[in-house]
Amino acid sequence: MRPRQKTKRHKTTRHKPNRKTPSRANTKDTKQSSRLRSYLTHHLQTFVASLGYLSRQPISSLMTSAVIAIALALPAGLYIALDNASRLSAGWDSTTQISLFLKAGTTLKQAEKLATKLRLHKQINKVNIIDRERGLEEFQQISGFGDALQFLDENPLPHVITVQPIIEQENPEGVLHLVKTLQQERRVELAQLDMQWVKRLYTLLDIAQRGVWIIGSLLGLAVLLIVGNTIRLDIQNRREVIQVSKLIGASNGFIRRPFLYTGAWYGLFGGLLAWLLIAIALGIMAEPLERLATLYHSNYQISSLMAGDIALLILISCLLGLGGSWLAVGRHLSEIEPS
Amino acid sequence: MIRFDNISKRYPGGFEALSSASFHLPRGSFAYLTGHSGAGKSTLLKLITLIERPSRGHIFLDGIHLNNLPARRIPRIRRNIGVIFQNHHLLYDRTVFDNVALPLLIHGYHHREIGKRVRAALDQVGLLSKEKADPITLSGGEQQRVGIARAIVHKPPLLLADEPTGNLDPELSREIMELFVRFNQHGTTVLIASHDLDLIRQMGFPVISLAKGTIERNELLTDAQEREH
Ligand SMILES: Nc1ncnc2c1ncn2[C@@H]1O[C@H](COP(=O)(O)OP(=O)(O)OP(=O)(O)O)[C@@H](O)[C@H]1O
Ligand SMILES: [Mg+2]
Repeated sequence: MRPRQKTKRHKTTRHKPNRKTPSRANTKDTKQSSRLRSYLTHHLQTFVASLGYLSRQPISSLMTSAVIAIALALPAGLYIALDNASRLSAGWDSTTQISLFLKAGTTLKQAEKLATKLRLHKQINKVNIIDRERGLEEFQQISGFGDALQFLDENPLPHVITVQPIIEQENPEGVLHLVKTLQQERRVELAQLDMQWVKRLYTLLDIAQRGVWIIGSLLGLAVLLIVGNTIRLDIQNRREVIQVSKLIGASNGFIRRPFLYTGAWYGLFGGLLAWLLIAIALGIMAEPLERLATLYHSNYQISSLMAGDIALLILISCLLGLGGSWLAVGRHLSEIEPS
Repeated sequence: MIRFDNISKRYPGGFEALSSASFHLPRGSFAYLTGHSGAGKSTLLKLITLIERPSRGHIFLDGIHLNNLPARRIPRIRRNIGVIFQNHHLLYDRTVFDNVALPLLIHGYHHREIGKRVRAALDQVGLLSKEKADPITLSGGEQQRVGIARAIVHKPPLLLADEPTGNLDPELSREIMELFVRFNQHGTTVLIASHDLDLIRQMGFPVISLAKGTIERNELLTDAQEREH
């Protein structure tokens, strides 16, 4: 029975517009569009008005924005530092090398054959043979055991092949894999990656990267709480306005809006200030950084904030501001009722 | 328009401000609410505006049962009521103009329309020249009139007033009452709580008298009388 009634009612409402004269339908349309326009106008007005509200208490607005800026500039700055470090270290493959100590009894010819084979390996850049005679000479010179070594009947050193691997930036672990493959070679007694520190560096960078994410998340949370607390105080200060607005029949959205916009403004100013802080910090460090870079690489460019990164930073900041005020508004606005 | 059905209101703490009050205020009517201080006049008006909820009984406003109305539907109800509060409830962080404009903003009026209507309302309470003043700089009576302008600016179908003439001299009081009558003639239902028995008698509209939370006398027609009419 019920559903039938429902469809019947539905039908009549659907037929209604047909019965209307076109002019009446038009006035309804224009009325609706003017409502929408005034709604949007009101959004814009509130947006501007909340900026006005902040400008009437410049010191505290600036302080809140500055706290947000510092909280965001720190992880963003660390992120840039790490980005530079990993890009810089990616160029260090030219100083990484693998030493292959060949098995005793391997002839120089066999060693050269292996070297030729290795030159074709796609992960290998350069291959060098240090034959055992030359190796002994070098060792005598460097170690200072020169005299002692003269008493040995036989050269104790094997032939050594040094391999310079190609390190892919996105896959630094590939080197370790190469070392393992080389270890499998028949003539190879021991494959040793010199500069174990490169591996350590990558591990450190990885740890640092995760650290930056953790710090970033924590500071993001801090921004959320800072904005939330500031908006909570704003709500308390504007208790009277909220009560009166509620008495006059303002919807929750109407009352919420100025606080949300205030939060977004805090976020925007915080983001812009953070950008400024990072730019200043980079400016201070630019000269020594460039010197450092040229020590390793002639053509290395310090990466700073790209337009996309800046936009992302400011977007995140705005969203955190909005989110923080959303939290405060959700918790505290319903507590204030007219009496 | 307003129907009270055996309404009792007990405040937290146990004091019963209204006991078994019943009356019906038809749409388009004009009535006064009187009674000694503490009789429950403000309480009755607060129940209509949903500031307070009844402990017992039923309230209907324009056919809507207010007892269990969810909070999210309250704003809509209040938007159709113009309320003049006993303590003006003006906002002291903005001008007279902005105070009066608030209901229009909430209703989503266009700003050109807002200017026209606010000035018309201020003109009606004789405060057009104070448009840009801070409410704090106004006298008690002037502040009260700003509150009146704010209550009528959006031409609500129901006007509730709690001691609207409390701070006004007799002449101004009469003018304000006549303003309410003009509103009533244009279809607005009006209920005014007032101590000013002389003025009430002069105006000659039905009176509901409260005494210690009960309706002592009701000059409005009872339901039975309405049926006879
Ligand atoms: N929030 C409250 N909590 C407890 N008691 C209250 C509260 N509000 C009012 N009352 C009590 O209810 C009674 C009626 O108060 P109400 O404000 O309705 O009186 P009134 O008729 O408006 O008086 P007046 O003419 O002085 O304004 C008073 O005794 C008051 O003490
Ligand atoms: Mg009262």
